[in-house]
Amino acid sequence: MSTVLAWSLVFAQVCLVLALLLALVRLARGPAAQDRVAAFDSFYTSAMLLMLVLGLSYRSSTYFEGALLIALFGFVGSTAMAKFLLRGEVIE
Amino acid sequence: MSAVPAWVEAVTAALAVMGALGALIGAIGLLRLPTFFDRMHAPTLGSTGGAWLLALATALQQSFLREQLFVHALLIPIFISMTGPITTIFLVRAALFRSRRARVPGVPPSLTPGAPGEV
Repeated sequence: MSTVLAWSLVFAQVCLVLALLLALVRLARGPAAQDRVAAFDSFYTSAMLLMLVLGLSYRSSTYFEGALLIALFGFVGSTAMAKFLLRGEVIE
Repeated sequence: MSAVPAWVEAVTAALAVMGALGALIGAIGLLRLPTFFDRMHAPTLGSTGGAWLLALATALQQSFLREQLFVHALLIPIFISMTGPITTIFLVRAALFRSRRARVPGVPPSLTPGAPGEV
């Protein structure tokens, strides 16, 4: 792997970890419950992108499956939380 | 495993850096924008641009590593382009309902007053 690609992937990983931390700060600060759900949504998206970058740097396609699973479960989770905020029940 | 041409590595690097920067800018917007309805716009930068660019980079690298077309990674942005709007609409409807309940200033009133679930 060339040096340029290796350093670009390190840069991308640093950017995505910073994005995770910023989403975590918003998750902790709130102020409303919907802000926390939006922050969680951004958090799992950044984690999924980080998995994709890891797959790029290890040249493996296994990480892509993990990223797909994160996308799937994150969608279910944040939709359930949004539904809960709307009605106070997840399944009616 | 075969060697990947230099131009493919350069394009992969550019796509990965642009995608990660998009996600970072979205997260900065999530932290810094003033109201909730402003903040909902920013993270979509990561879930659209970031996901597409990184999946394209993965597909490109794996295609050249395996010497055959390998586009499974594009499933992720296609899946997100279906699920992202659903989550956003659910969440913004919930936030609109809760903001009207809490009498947050600046939130427009309901177009159908008296309807079930409207305040």
